[in-house]
Amino acid sequence: MARKGADIVIETLKEEGVEYIFGHPGGAIMEVYDALYRDGTIKHILTRHEQGAGHMAEGYAKATGKVGVAMSTSGPGATNLVTAIADAYMDSVPVVFITGQVPTHLIGNDAFQEVDIVGITRPITKHNFLVKRIEDLPLIIRQAFYIARTGRPGPVLVDIPKDITQKLSDVKIPSLDEVKSSLPGYKPHTEGNSQQIKRAAKLIMSAKRPVLYVGGGAVQSEAQDELIELAELMNIPVTTTNMGKGAFPELHPLALHMLGMHGTYYANMAVYNCDLLIAVGARFDDRVTGKIEEFAPQASIIHIDIDPASISKNIVVDVPIVGDVKVVLRKLIQEIKREGAKLVFPEERHNWIRQIEKWKKLHPLTYRNSEKVIKPQYVIEEIWKATKGDAIIATGVGQHQMWAAMFYKYSYPRQFINSGGLGTMGFGLPAGIGAKIGRPEKEVFVIDGDGSFMMTMQELITAVQYKVPVKIAIINNGYLGMVRQWQELFYEKRYSEVDLSVQPDFVKLAEACGAIGFRAEKPNQVREIIEEAMKIQDKPVLLDFHVDREENVLPMVPAGKSYREMILEDGKKSVDADTMYLVG
Amino acid sequence: MSELSQANPVKAPMLRETKKGSVRKHIITLLVRNELGVLARIATLIAGKGYNIEGLSVGETHERGLSRMTIEVIGDDVVIDQVVKQLRKLIDTIKVRDLTDTPHIERELALVKIHTATPRARDEVLRIAEIFRGRIVDVSQSTYTVEITGTEDKINAFVELLKPFGIMEMARTGKVALKREMANSEEDV
Repeated sequence: MARKGADIVIETLKEEGVEYIFGHPGGAIMEVYDALYRDGTIKHILTRHEQGAGHMAEGYAKATGKVGVAMSTSGPGATNLVTAIADAYMDSVPVVFITGQVPTHLIGNDAFQEVDIVGITRPITKHNFLVKRIEDLPLIIRQAFYIARTGRPGPVLVDIPKDITQKLSDVKIPSLDEVKSSLPGYKPHTEGNSQQIKRAAKLIMSAKRPVLYVGGGAVQSEAQDELIELAELMNIPVTTTNMGKGAFPELHPLALHMLGMHGTYYANMAVYNCDLLIAVGARFDDRVTGKIEEFAPQASIIHIDIDPASISKNIVVDVPIVGDVKVVLRKLIQEIKREGAKLVFPEERHNWIRQIEKWKKLHPLTYRNSEKVIKPQYVIEEIWKATKGDAIIATGVGQHQMWAAMFYKYSYPRQFINSGGLGTMGFGLPAGIGAKIGRPEKEVFVIDGDGSFMMTMQELITAVQYKVPVKIAIINNGYLGMVRQWQELFYEKRYSEVDLSVQPDFVKLAEACGAIGFRAEKPNQVREIIEEAMKIQDKPVLLDFHVDREENVLPMVPAGKSYREMILEDGKKSVDADTMYLVG
Repeated sequence: MSELSQANPVKAPMLRETKKGSVRKHIITLLVRNELGVLARIATLIAGKGYNIEGLSVGETHERGLSRMTIEVIGDDVVIDQVVKQLRKLIDTIKVRDLTDTPHIERELALVKIHTATPRARDEVLRIAEIFRGRIVDVSQSTYTVEITGTEDKINAFVELLKPFGIMEMARTGKVALKREMANSEEDV
């Protein structure tokens, strides 16, 4: 049956099982919005800025594992999506971005609201399309979803000129097999090479001081059961990156928590001294490795990753395994069980676990609490307790993000949602709204900074409109805290342009939007307002925590430095370099 | 006593080997789908690594919708290896191969317009063109235009010999290259 291109868009989205679109209408995309209205099946969340739509789609995708959809008009609508597209690209988030474009005959003419969004987003999308013929429209949209969610996931943009949405066509929606065969150059590896898996199993069985280093790929692949099984089977301690949080339960005795720049002392010590590093869906980011020459200097490295281009990118690995983390881990466990039926751990293995226990006791992850002023870490701990460790946490970027990573203990994949790669301030609120829409049964806390919050705070009204009961905890120190911390540590306290003490009354701001606002200025109010907030389930609640202004995120390995230069507490320069070494 | 309890502190940090390759010219051959923006995508990726494309040729193959691209780029071996992996990831690339260290055939074509005002110059240019198996493809009162194909070195040598006469214009394709099937076959004639 002949129908408009716009109707084909909606029909194809329904075929893909899309429940929500996050977006903002405008001239070039109006036909699609009209088709959306006439069809009435897909729910649309009208954001107040297209960047918000992009981050909501990301939050939705990160929390559910489904493909998120964000939609905007041409020109400024499309450019406003760019930050979210780059963010999704860096963190491998499956999102399909649909943008309107000026009519085909006007493309390249500097038409009103025209921008070459396909050109602009070429280096920050997994793939992108400009639709030239209506007959290609359903195939392209299905290809976009297929590419976004398979292999290493990522954002795909589909740019649709207005005339394409207006033309009529009776083109059929292609089947998934047709979609696959239309992409001869795209064949993600998932299985893992069995020879390499055998080599990895041998290394793991003979290692004296192994460590599992787990990243976002393990979350994407939902490999928690396999990770726990491997760690317990072989008694291997597990450190997770910021993106890998939740892939391994943090209350597990083998958990080392986060490594790297703001990693724990014991995680960094374990990585520094290990003789085998098993990287699982992680990419050896500079925030993790610090000075690359001194990263796990004694270790052989096994690297499991779905993306062949991630392997040996920053660091040469000994055993590369290209494949889906869950699939490869399952095979690896089978191989170990087959080979190691009468496995006796080397004595060194027990000592290794004992040594790690010592490190954990020597410098646990901690902070000095106060009765006079609210410590940011205390707020996070109280949120953790009040939500029984079960809430989904979304954050902005900065100090509050790191405290949320350190002091909330995550137990399941997709529980910690933050902008790890791009480091996008303003990510937290819209991502949290998207997460709550995708997982309404979970309590969702946005842990935000006062600086980050102000970058996308217009989405508060979106949350009110759609009755999305997210909790927004602002760790308010009146500073761009992370920049201030770097200025304190590396620029002799020259606090250049970081003071945010002139700020709105966030409680009144919440009320002005029709949300609820609470404020805590003393430590004894913290628990109380969190509990009050959790009673409210029909609208967003904003919690304004006035915290210690100059608290630092510690431990810290300064950028580009070795783990040996880790700063453990304020005023103490670094760990004693000599204590770093277990063996010569 | 175990290894661990005998902790033996050392002052100098242990260092992990980092990869650094040598910088040289690479020839990369790609089979690509002839889709909108495919060249831009490949160029963006290479430019994103901070490298300049030194030579480029693109043409259709016998299979419909597929084009062969040959790219010359000067870069660090390690980074080029990374570039090749990333090129393979592009949706529109079917095959990508770095031919630099693989036996392969490569050719370029050049059109050279030479100032030939005197009969002597005409004779000389004609003779040189013959030696290089070039062909005169255009003649005017005072110019010859010669078509020549061959390896980069051969064309460079040809151009050097003609310089004294005065080269007015020249156009040169990038390289086209294919892998050799008989790895030990002689350089062809």
